[in-house]
Amino acid sequence: MEFVLSAAIGVLAASGIWLLLRPRTFQVIIGLCLLSYAVNLFIFAMGRLWLGAPPIMPRGGFVNPAAYADPMPQALVLTAIVISFATTALFLVVIIVSRGMTGTDHVDGQER
Amino acid sequence: MTLSPEHLIIAPILIPFFAGALMLIYDERQRRAKLAISLAAVVAMLLSSVELLVRSKGSELTGGNDIGFYLLGDWLAPYGIVLVVDRLSAMMLVLTGLLALPALIYSAAGWHKQGQHFHTMFQFLLMGLNGAFLTGDLFNLFVFFEVLLAASYGLLLHGGGQLRVRAGLHYIATNLAASLLFLIGVSLVYGATGTLNMAHLSNLVPGLADQQRHLFHAGAALMGIAFLIKAGIWPLSFWLPTAYMAGAAPVTALFAIMTKVGVYVLIRLSFLMFGPHAAESSGFGTTALIAGGMATVTFGFLGVLASQGLGRMAAHLILVSSGTVLAATGFVLAGAGASILAAALFYLLSSTLATSALFLLIEPMSREEGGIAALLALTADAYGLDEREEDRQPEVGLAIPGTLSVLGLSFGVFVLALAGMPPLSGFIGKLGILRGLIATEAVSPWLSGSFIALLILSGFATLVGLVRIGIQTFWATEGEPPRVLALEIAPVLALAGLLFVLTIKADVTLRYMQQTANAMLQPSVYSEGVLGAPRAADAPVAEAPE
Repeated sequence: MEFVLSAAIGVLAASGIWLLLRPRTFQVIIGLCLLSYAVNLFIFAMGRLWLGAPPIMPRGGFVNPAAYADPMPQALVLTAIVISFATTALFLVVIIVSRGMTGTDHVDGQER
Repeated sequence: MTLSPEHLIIAPILIPFFAGALMLIYDERQRRAKLAISLAAVVAMLLSSVELLVRSKGSELTGGNDIGFYLLGDWLAPYGIVLVVDRLSAMMLVLTGLLALPALIYSAAGWHKQGQHFHTMFQFLLMGLNGAFLTGDLFNLFVFFEVLLAASYGLLLHGGGQLRVRAGLHYIATNLAASLLFLIGVSLVYGATGTLNMAHLSNLVPGLADQQRHLFHAGAALMGIAFLIKAGIWPLSFWLPTAYMAGAAPVTALFAIMTKVGVYVLIRLSFLMFGPHAAESSGFGTTALIAGGMATVTFGFLGVLASQGLGRMAAHLILVSSGTVLAATGFVLAGAGASILAAALFYLLSSTLATSALFLLIEPMSREEGGIAALLALTADAYGLDEREEDRQPEVGLAIPGTLSVLGLSFGVFVLALAGMPPLSGFIGKLGILRGLIATEAVSPWLSGSFIALLILSGFATLVGLVRIGIQTFWATEGEPPRVLALEIAPVLALAGLLFVLTIKADVTLRYMQQTANAMLQPSVYSEGVLGAPRAADAPVAEAPE
């Protein structure tokens, strides 16, 4: 499982960075999306990998903390997903405006 | 729960939040109402920040370091999010308020009419800034960074135009990538230490196992890169001049503090996590801060010399200012003494005020035909930029007499402050840094010597660049002087007045900064205070007000 997850994060991040460095705005935004997927998976993995362990403990009585997953990264990743979704949407709007104003989808607003 | 004075700590976040939300209800045509709400909110925010500052100075009994805490949701410190006010954050809060008020008054001269929801975004930006200064939790810091960045994306595009959209595109892409780096860093730090609370981290760092320490260092380095991008350190600062040139004047005047958020976080986290107490981790990142800061100063002053227009020059001056503070922080982290940090903080205060005022001056100074306007157009051609829209609506309002002399005098004040020439505050800050550098023996004399040379050289370059613009604008002009509204010149004069106050009251301010710097070098006061902050639910009922 560790290998699959780290390979997934690596591939997502690598393709994200490659796309981020491309000159077309559409490629840039797809690159940012892929990068944020990689980052979200990474945050999730930082809570260590668990199988079938719930993150929330029942109320009262003695509970064995080892049987539960770390809830913190799950909460963090939720926040990170929402924020990166919102900012990506905002970036998309700017990209469309730029396309409309300059007539090109080059990130510099003109072909070189 | 009654409204006790401790709730004041969250006021600088809540006031702009509610004011900004309230203004969304108003129609875009009701600008006067929005302006009134906005002004009231900024004044209230400034007053509460000043009260927090006075409180953080504390009494003699506590050694002059009163740290205020606010446990959100009344959860105990390492488990919940805590807001912390100490001297440094109180100072930054006041600085934010002092920049926001003139910028807002300036925007009333017509700038706020150029686009939608100016005041709402302005307030949300302030909320994000104040939150970033107050929070004591790394992930909460990320959230407030995103709040201020989202608002700044909107504000940068305020007024529209192709230039702004293009600059905004680069600005947003850079900052989104930086935020992702920040997230990776935060999660690595959490994975290595199991906490996100800055105070808790500061306690845990000395006892980390080797294996975790490497992970922790990697996380801290990634976070550091994200903050350095925001602070505009050299190889990562190419987005900055274009973005700052493109923004509307009141927006960029407030943006002057945006790089300082990065600087603030670096100062805060460096001393908490990598201070002298941190065993093997102490001094981590020192080399990067010193080298990066010095490279930034070099790039900044070369940019100042190469700039043809005041806008580009002011943007490079921002780089000089944050580079100077970053390098000075690096020197202090290497053990060069608290007095350098104190002087650097003083310099930060003075240079931020002066650059902000410079951004407000750009447009009135280049308003007339010919002179600098022609030069700007020429530069715009050379850089392949499009001309700004020139056909602005003729404004109604009170024009001031003797425009050129008022503009010229205030410009002169900012030149002196930025170049660090004797009578004004910039000199006091720079002198303090220089004196500390000469006295120190913690770093090699070559290193401190080259930073001294850079500081003097950058001051000289600033003087040459700004005086060149000044001569072109004020002495070599023909025809009618520009028409400048009183609403536009009043904030500039207010900022100039603040610089004078800072100079006259330099002993008080410097003493405050010295105490701040001493407190930064003793992170145990901060961390033990945060972790020992009592819950309101546990407090005795008849609690005496502080």
